Amino acid sequence: MQRVAELLLLLIVLTNFAVLGTARLGTCIRAIAVQGLLLGMLPLALHPAWSVHTIGLATGTIVIKAVLLPRFLAWAIREAAVRREVEPRIGYVASLLLGAVAVAVGFATAQALPLPDAAGSLLVAVALATVIVGFLVLTTRIKALTQVVGYLMLENGIYVFGLTQSERVPFMVELGVLLDIFVGVFIMGIVVFHINREFDTLGDGKSMDLAGR
Amino acid sequence: MTGTSLAALGIALLAAPALPGIAGRTKAMLTGRTGSPVWQLYRDLAKLMRKGAVYSTVSTWVFRLAPAVLLACVLVASLFVPLDGRTAIVRFDGDLVAFAYLLALGRFGLVLAALDTGSSFEGMGASRDVTYASFVEPALFLSFTGLALASDSLSLSGFLGEPLAAAWSRAAPSLVMIAGSLFVVLLAETSRVPFDDPATHLELTMIHEVAVLDHSGPDLAIILYAGALKLTLLAAVVIGVLIPRAGWSGAVSIAVLVGGLAMVGVAVGVIESVMARLRLTRVPQVLVAASALAAFGIILLLG
Repeated sequence: MQRVAELLLLLIVLTNFAVLGTARLGTCIRAIAVQGLLLGMLPLALHPAWSVHTIGLATGTIVIKAVLLPRFLAWAIREAAVRREVEPRIGYVASLLLGAVAVAVGFATAQALPLPDAAGSLLVAVALATVIVGFLVLTTRIKALTQVVGYLMLENGIYVFGLTQSERVPFMVELGVLLDIFVGVFIMGIVVFHINREFDTLGDGKSMDLAGR
Repeated sequence: MTGTSLAALGIALLAAPALPGIAGRTKAMLTGRTGSPVWQLYRDLAKLMRKGAVYSTVSTWVFRLAPAVLLACVLVASLFVPLDGRTAIVRFDGDLVAFAYLLALGRFGLVLAALDTGSSFEGMGASRDVTYASFVEPALFLSFTGLALASDSLSLSGFLGEPLAAAWSRAAPSLVMIAGSLFVVLLAETSRVPFDDPATHLELTMIHEVAVLDHSGPDLAIILYAGALKLTLLAAVVIGVLIPRAGWSGAVSIAVLVGGLAMVGVAVGVIESVMARLRLTRVPQVLVAASALAAFGIILLLG
């Protein structure tokens, strides 16, 4: 099962690259859905003795992160009639290169950290890489919707990090976090929808003009 | 150097023109047409060899020399590739650099010839050709670096020969990613969809095709053959990474080579049927993504 877990973690990193490299909002959301699915399968692969808790966590993650949230984001795009194009502040090539740097930093940091077991090293590396890429998406994409995606990736990274500790942390806490995320994204989506109805732009670039005027 | 590697080289040299044929036939079948037969390129080559060449009065010896330079480069490069999956005919430490730059030198010859014609279309094609090449190079070398790390060796025979089989048991994900990156390099380097369209008939959208537009007769035959051989060599590298054949008998590894080449031809044909050409500005992005994939493979090998 260790090999399966490794494979899932590598695929998660590849979905990070997919989010950074794509120009379409739809692909972006599909990539984040795939990432949610992979994250949901991760606890099953990491803890081969499936308990009710593990299965509950996996089901909860898959339902919320791979089905509900992507559907909701797709609904928000459709309803708010957002232009289906990611608008990056820096180019896609630069984004991909920064993504590669993020992965390198994640792996280098995980190597340097004193971790109890070797198996956790890849988990921590992927967690850090996903968190950094999440920040990257948050800061370099103009659209409010892509910022929601960045926020989700950030949380996915933290979730992976949490899995290193999941034997000690009760699963209820994890499920509580999942619910928080769901509610958070829901509210963000509603806000995005309303902003879009009131104003004709969803970019945050214009909000700087408010200062001192 | 063994009998098997000589036999593999002979098969590759003979079978090369069939590879674009297989790709074309796959594409035709998937799009509901009959298409030209697999051996069409052999017929084209025979026809072109019988014709005479026409040279523009503007062009100089550079233009006439280019096909010979291209063919020589690709033929020498083929000596470095372990086509039978075990060892190549020539091997020395660092032959991967010679392999990469022999292919680049062949491209350079064609680009010079294209500029020599003085046609603006060909100049544009040449310019795009070298732009792609500059993005392909990092992906190719990062993949080679990854293979060198995985197999602890510095020659193509070392990469794709015996040590790689051992590397598969501990670094399978990295090798899959490197093979993926190399396949993108193959598509870009041999001007296939989604980077270029070998079937296009509009000068403005052609890249490789327009750069060789002025070549005719035997010159064109040589360029077409060298292109097919280049495709075969890169396909053999991808096959070598994916199916390490250390310790297999000679006949089996040659059968794997032939089957693998056919599979790559089909894969290229399927890609050409399911996707359109990329917008020119998106091409560097995809090639950088291929480099990032290879770099990620390297990070995993180091970690």
